[in-house]
Amino acid sequence: MKQLLAFVRKEFYHVFRDKKTLLMLFGVPIAQIVLFGFTLTNEIKNSRIVVADYAHDYASQEIIRKIEASRYFEVVKSNMSHDEIEAAFKTGTIKMAVIFPANFYNDLSHLNKAQIQVIADASDPNTATTLTSYLNNIITDYQTQKAQQTKVPYLITPEVKMLYNPELLGAPNFVPGVMALVLMLICAMMTSISIVKEKELGTMEILLVSPIRPFLLIISKVIPYLLVSIINLITILVLSVVLLHLEIKGSLLLLFLESTLFIISSLALGLLISVRAESQMAAMMTSQMSLMLPTMLLTGFMFPIENMPLPMRALSYAFPSHYYYIIVKAVMLEGLGFMAIWKETLILAFITTVLVIINLRSFKIRLA
Amino acid sequence: MAAITLDNIVKTYGEKDQKVLAVDQASFAVEEGEMFGLIGPDGAGKTTIFRILTTLLLPDSGTASVAGYDTAADYTQIRNCVGYMPGRFSLYQDLTVEENLKFFATIFNTTIEENYHLIKDIYVQIEPFKDRRAGKLSGGMKQKLALCCALIHKPTVLFLDEPTTGVDVVSRVEFWDMLKRLKAQGITILVSTPYMDEAVLCDRIALIQSGKILSVDTPANTVKKYPTKLYAAKASDMHQLLKDIRSYPGVASCFTFGESLHFTFRQDDAQNIAGLKATLDSGNYLDLVINEIQPNIEDYFIQISEPVHA
Repeated sequence: MKQLLAFVRKEFYHVFRDKKTLLMLFGVPIAQIVLFGFTLTNEIKNSRIVVADYAHDYASQEIIRKIEASRYFEVVKSNMSHDEIEAAFKTGTIKMAVIFPANFYNDLSHLNKAQIQVIADASDPNTATTLTSYLNNIITDYQTQKAQQTKVPYLITPEVKMLYNPELLGAPNFVPGVMALVLMLICAMMTSISIVKEKELGTMEILLVSPIRPFLLIISKVIPYLLVSIINLITILVLSVVLLHLEIKGSLLLLFLESTLFIISSLALGLLISVRAESQMAAMMTSQMSLMLPTMLLTGFMFPIENMPLPMRALSYAFPSHYYYIIVKAVMLEGLGFMAIWKETLILAFITTVLVIINLRSFKIRLA
Repeated sequence: MAAITLDNIVKTYGEKDQKVLAVDQASFAVEEGEMFGLIGPDGAGKTTIFRILTTLLLPDSGTASVAGYDTAADYTQIRNCVGYMPGRFSLYQDLTVEENLKFFATIFNTTIEENYHLIKDIYVQIEPFKDRRAGKLSGGMKQKLALCCALIHKPTVLFLDEPTTGVDVVSRVEFWDMLKRLKAQGITILVSTPYMDEAVLCDRIALIQSGKILSVDTPANTVKKYPTKLYAAKASDMHQLLKDIRSYPGVASCFTFGESLHFTFRQDDAQNIAGLKATLDSGNYLDLVINEIQPNIEDYFIQISEPVHA
């Protein structure tokens, strides 16, 4: 126990005395969240939109005035046909089209509900969601205003149609992706480097010729990075909530437990790399090529897995980050409980166990 | 009982078609409490022997034992009772002197206080710098710290792989004084060095080259084995002198050795040296000096490692 404590303390000295490591450990996650966050939350001002008003009545005029008053939109009033709107999208002159159907006010006053068609250019999904949500706000605003005046509330449903990228992949889902990416990066890369560093500096030689058991050595390498990763996890979650106004819908405890499981699997992967790599450079390259890129490309947070060719899809099922991404999305964004993700958890636990066993087996008790 | 034994150890590196023979049927034994030197040039196989004995490498064939334990089967016991100081400085550079020592004491299940008497003489010299990071120490201090770390758990056998390489002359002398004191405490020491002048400080030495053990004996007996008389020659024009001596018939070998030339004849014949002197005197040497000298270990090493064929 004393050995373990001494080892862990030594490991923390390494981390806190190397500015580069420190920056890597705590700077990268913050930078990534902030970077992703600001590209998402940056307000989109003065976007050109087309308003086609086929109703031309009291209600539609009132809403259009509100839209015009907003600083987000630069309104072009023109009763374009659908084809013309499509052409305008293609040339990129407009970002969104709002269409009021004929009899808008009629429907609203007699049926108490009416529709507005909203077409957005979702080839840029971030802009498209932002713009439609702005418009939604304006319409909701109008509704509540009206609700105070009339007894029966009006119901206006904006029919939103996302052109070109109907699934809107990659938009608010990036936080789970970044979580998978950052935790993988920190855990796998830093642990693999820290063990290879001992080999490179020759300290591994002394450690081997000591009563230290391989198990203890591995555990003491893992504990500091586990702690650091949990701190990072908290940082990411706090930043997501504070900076990106993301709501954690599910159980925080469940999210933490699942994350810890994923962190352990990543640590195990890092250890696996360190067994083979001979230099810190090699360890870094290996973890980047074999872990970071697949995490980015194959977990589905940047590109939909459904659209990938079969071999790629099969490959993505081999990565722990794939399951973690699903789990985080379910718990954090959809607020689902354990029953919804027990399958993924089980697979993740299985992969982790296998990795840990391989590690204990393949740890070299000698130099060659 | 011998503290260390090697029996026909063979070790090769590399793949099948490009095998490099690092240790070639090496055998020797080190007695308990002995200071044993492994003397040889770089690449002779010294480090490989150290790594086999410290259980870091497995030999291709042959057996070795340390403190009565087999290096292959009982490696955990050996790892508990030996101290190892690798050739390259292998402590944590970003930890301070004290932190390093404390760390190694703890992983060997001991404390600095418990075995302080062992390292006291050495540690007092680096204690003023105990809050300095190990990476910022001078070469000599690094070695002293490394020795402290290797000693802190009171090992029965101490392995020192080239502990004085890259260390200044004063520190080297100090270092060997420390080793003598450790030996006095009953610790068996196996030390390697490429410096022949350090060899005489050992109880016994093994000369090694290209993986082969050439001789095992006390330093005094080793030089006694020198087969012929040895002469040293000195003049202002050393280059011409070397050429002249080498071209003289009957000269077996002639090497530059520090500031003079060491040479031998094929036959120890009074005529030979007289003849050479006469020949050289007829040349234009202003300050020629030729003496017969006592061979040292380096002379012997050169003599046996590069046999001159008559």
